[in-house]
Amino acid sequence: MYSIEIDNISKSYGKTAAVRDISLKVETGEIFGLIGPDGAGKTTLFRIMTTLMMPDSGKGRICGLDMVKDYFMIRKKIGYMPGKFSLYQDLSVKENLEFFATLFGTTVEDSYQTIKEIYSQIEPFRDRRAGKLSGGMKQKLALCCALVHKPSVLFLDEPTTGVDAVSRKEFWNMLGRIRESGVTVFVSTPYMDEAALCDRLALIKEGSIIGTGTPSSLVKAYPHRMLSVKAGRMYPLLKKLRETPGVISCFSFGDSHHVAYDATRTDSRSIVEEAVRAGFPDCTAKEITPGIEDCFMQLSRKWTTQD
Amino acid sequence: MKEFVASIRKEFLHIFRDKRTILIVMIMPVVQIILFGFAISTEVNEVRVAVCGDLSDPQVDKIVDRISHNKYLTVNMMISDPEEIEGLFRRNMADVAVCFERNFDKELRSSGKATVHITGDGSDPNTARIITGYVTGVIQEIQTEITASLTGGQQVSMSPVVQLMYNPAMKSSYNFVPGVMGLILMLICSMMTAVSIVKEKETGTLELLLVSPVRPQWIILSKMMPYLALSAVNFASILLLSHFVMEVPVNGSLLLLSAVALVFVVASLAIGLLISVISSTQKVALMISGMGLTMPTMIFSGIIFPCESMPEILQWFSDIIPAKWFIIMVKKIMIQGDGLGSIVKELSILTGMAAVFLAVSIKSFRTRLK
Repeated sequence: MYSIEIDNISKSYGKTAAVRDISLKVETGEIFGLIGPDGAGKTTLFRIMTTLMMPDSGKGRICGLDMVKDYFMIRKKIGYMPGKFSLYQDLSVKENLEFFATLFGTTVEDSYQTIKEIYSQIEPFRDRRAGKLSGGMKQKLALCCALVHKPSVLFLDEPTTGVDAVSRKEFWNMLGRIRESGVTVFVSTPYMDEAALCDRLALIKEGSIIGTGTPSSLVKAYPHRMLSVKAGRMYPLLKKLRETPGVISCFSFGDSHHVAYDATRTDSRSIVEEAVRAGFPDCTAKEITPGIEDCFMQLSRKWTTQD
Repeated sequence: MKEFVASIRKEFLHIFRDKRTILIVMIMPVVQIILFGFAISTEVNEVRVAVCGDLSDPQVDKIVDRISHNKYLTVNMMISDPEEIEGLFRRNMADVAVCFERNFDKELRSSGKATVHITGDGSDPNTARIITGYVTGVIQEIQTEITASLTGGQQVSMSPVVQLMYNPAMKSSYNFVPGVMGLILMLICSMMTAVSIVKEKETGTLELLLVSPVRPQWIILSKMMPYLALSAVNFASILLLSHFVMEVPVNGSLLLLSAVALVFVVASLAIGLLISVISSTQKVALMISGMGLTMPTMIFSGIIFPCESMPEILQWFSDIIPAKWFIIMVKKIMIQGDGLGSIVKELSILTGMAAVFLAVSIKSFRTRLK
């Protein structure tokens, strides 16, 4: 049973293609992550799926309803939290929540059970204007407003952008519990570390899906082996590593470099030796399992060279 | 229905929580009426008349006496030489000068002809015209009497008596009260509605409203309601102010006047909605309603410049300004006390405009984003 099925969706603004031929299937009750950098077309895809925009071509079904023809029915069944904080800043927490509850034909009391867990955290501030809330609280309020009518599919467009690390973690815990209540969650994020928390992922770049699968299947499909390399002078090392034979790619990753190499042509020891010879005597390397970001880099490189 | 009520409530909260909006909406009409009423008055009061002539001459004395007894005129200065007039005007010590020729009485009796020079201060042509008109009127009146006394009432003479109907005192408030009413209702309904919808576009809340199962027509209507209510308050406050402070009468039916205002308000709301469809930011909406609506309304609706004295092309242009028709009707009802019969043409034009604007704007309001 699929909550979201879209087929060859395309959309362009003038001559710029924002979304190209995207097909996705999202099962009911899973957290599906749409991972990609800013400007990849995530928000456009959200707007198409939430019936805010018409695709130029392609078709889709949300909760089994046609995206274009039954858009009005779909609007009753989905919850949407846009990327930008979009509540009324001059209304209080309570007023915002009550307004959206009424808009969807319900009341806060009726759906209190659904939102209780999140709402209880902001309830002490219910008379405060939404504009005066902190980032984390704004996000909780927005989530409450999106959940207040008990939607079957929840669309969250970059919900954790601009939110501190602790609140982000809390937020993902909440998403886990929302999924347990049977709601399908479609979430986008530019943060690769959040990707691992999704049930399934789609990686998007420049409007195209470059890979889909569960986090572990994506990692498993990673074709190369990977080293985490460190040395005193990091930037010259990066340039040196990229020139080393057998190295496929090398990216800077926080305090180390992630080096993908072809195991048939070279190995960890010869890469380090090569670096030591080139003037990096303190160079060390450690074999690691690649992360989602490494997969994204690899898939995006592959996609670019194919194109 | 509950959704609709909640939306209206929300809209009122927005207005009441934004002090600037409420200030503009509630204070502006009062300020404008008072400003137009007292600062931009075209009425002429206490005209200072300088007289040049021989007061011992009986006819001159009689005329000067009559001038000084006029309600609007006061003789404040006697001068001996007409050359002094320019200096008086320059120092702003007189508004008009009246010069009698030498031996005025004698000339009048012997030849039946004597000359009076009336010199007005043309640096303000409108006022000068009104003032010289007053003085001429006084002199003409006296002339008939003199003619009668000299010829023993034999000679027939015509004396035109000019009277301004509906506004005998030539109060400018009779002109600007309908004008300001049109301007304010237009501003509040169009500008405020446009800005309030565009604001939701800007903050992204419109996206949330659109994905809700509420029909867009209801969203729009709920946005219009508070401004409709505010317009009613303004309409009442303008009427009260103009009645008690400016002493402008409501000669016709108040009910008809309110009905006409309602049609105009609906037209203005629809225009506001149209503006909000075109513009993507509040700035653009303000620009469009300022340059594209307020200015043409001020210029072409006849508040400041009479439409009849415009070139023909501009007169045609003024026909598409809803405020023009509204102001004509208000003048007819308020000042002339006319009934429905005499405003049928204007009312049908305005109703037509309201219907077209409303249909176009609701049609073009999208249920999706662009």
